[in-house]
Amino acid sequence: MTAAASVSRMPAAASPWEAIVIGGSSGAIDALNTLLPALPADLDAAVIVVLHLVRDRRSLLVDIFRERCALTVQEAEDQLPIRPGHLYFAPPDYHLLVDQGPRLALSVGEPVYFSRPSIDVLFESAADGYGEKLLGVLLSGANGDGAAGLAAIHAAGGRTVVQAPSSAAMPVMPQAALARQPAHEVLTPGEIATLFAQLRTPRLP
Amino acid sequence: MPSTAKARIADIEQRLLLDAIYHRYHYDFREYAQASLKRRLQSALTQFGCKTLSQLQDRVLHDPPVFTALLQFLTVQVSDMFRDPEYFLALRNEVLPILRTYPSIKVWVAGCSAGEEVYSLAILLAEEGLLERAMIYATDINPHALRAAEQGIFDMDRVAAFSANHARSGGRSSLSDYYTARYGRVVFDKRLREHMVFSDHSLATDSVFAEVHLISCRNVLIYFERDLQSRALGLFHDALVHRGFLGLGSRESLRFSSQAGNFDDFVLDDRIYRKKAGR
Repeated sequence: MTAAASVSRMPAAASPWEAIVIGGSSGAIDALNTLLPALPADLDAAVIVVLHLVRDRRSLLVDIFRERCALTVQEAEDQLPIRPGHLYFAPPDYHLLVDQGPRLALSVGEPVYFSRPSIDVLFESAADGYGEKLLGVLLSGANGDGAAGLAAIHAAGGRTVVQAPSSAAMPVMPQAALARQPAHEVLTPGEIATLFAQLRTPRLP
Repeated sequence: MPSTAKARIADIEQRLLLDAIYHRYHYDFREYAQASLKRRLQSALTQFGCKTLSQLQDRVLHDPPVFTALLQFLTVQVSDMFRDPEYFLALRNEVLPILRTYPSIKVWVAGCSAGEEVYSLAILLAEEGLLERAMIYATDINPHALRAAEQGIFDMDRVAAFSANHARSGGRSSLSDYYTARYGRVVFDKRLREHMVFSDHSLATDSVFAEVHLISCRNVLIYFERDLQSRALGLFHDALVHRGFLGLGSRESLRFSSQAGNFDDFVLDDRIYRKKAGR
């Protein structure tokens, strides 16, 4: 696969991204289990994750991934400054956005694809804030949320990756993104993990 | 044109539009959180058939009804009755026992939108036997939302979720005790509305209008930039009685505000704060 080849050609010392945004729905937790442990502790980028969740007060994602991820894992809060080496999960029942600063911002606007948080809302605001310094990853899911957002990241010059539909428990979400923008790279969770593992890039002194 | 240049032009247009709105209509959105505002303005563009915010600005300046319609996009909030039932449970168990000691109780719901929270609080006060000596001031900048809130009418298909939340908030009665259903909608009782005053008030440009014991302002500050958040929290501090209470949304906090030192945590998990003594 050409996309996989381009991963192996990635120079190990290049992390052109200030942030990585990840979105997913049904089946995405399995993929995250492969991806997030691969992130290096000295990652020079922030990671922001939106998963579609049942509307409950407390998300267990932070508890689940705190043990399995080398980054500082926390739930997003309004006004929180976005810092490299930190991983933020969107809280249930709020949209999560990247605002000037860069800071995290929340909203209780209308659900998108019946979802709050919405992947499109995060991705589009992050594309706006980070431009080409953004890596967007869209995982398994059963609806079309994220397709517009990933296309926005691509249009702003960022790098875009979708989980290979054949590797996804629910291929609808990756397929919708590819239908909208065929230029996204298509990688399995294992290949995305390899990409993440190569991001160990403290800035040169 | 490179997309980054396009994005920068859109930012300039957004600033100019907000300036135009302020100078023409005296609504101040200039210190609102820009990312979220941008999203709402994008959907407004589609709605008004405009290609750019500059086009929209032209129409907003010269055609007041366009501004009235735009205001719906800029301020609309989606809430539920008894949203975050734990918050109402904490008010019931921790705050109302203290408010009960006052001869009269004044509550301010700041940014009341269509009134879901106002009716929730009125029902909570009624269940605790406090409504008769309570008055709820409900304010918003959107006159359309205020009129809707004053009517107390909600779609029937939302009521099942409202009732489930109400039960989880420690509700001592049935929500249906407080409304009548007709034509797919429910209308809340006049006896609740007799304890409510609705008025136009802006946290960005207006000042304090009353002294109150409890302020509930949930998921409003998230639409503000930090300085405007601090301005609003300053108003709340000035409006609260000695040791009065402030409730925020479940993911909002005082942590990043210059007002943080003026409040104590009261029920931190549910974002209920208390005005510090002597401040």
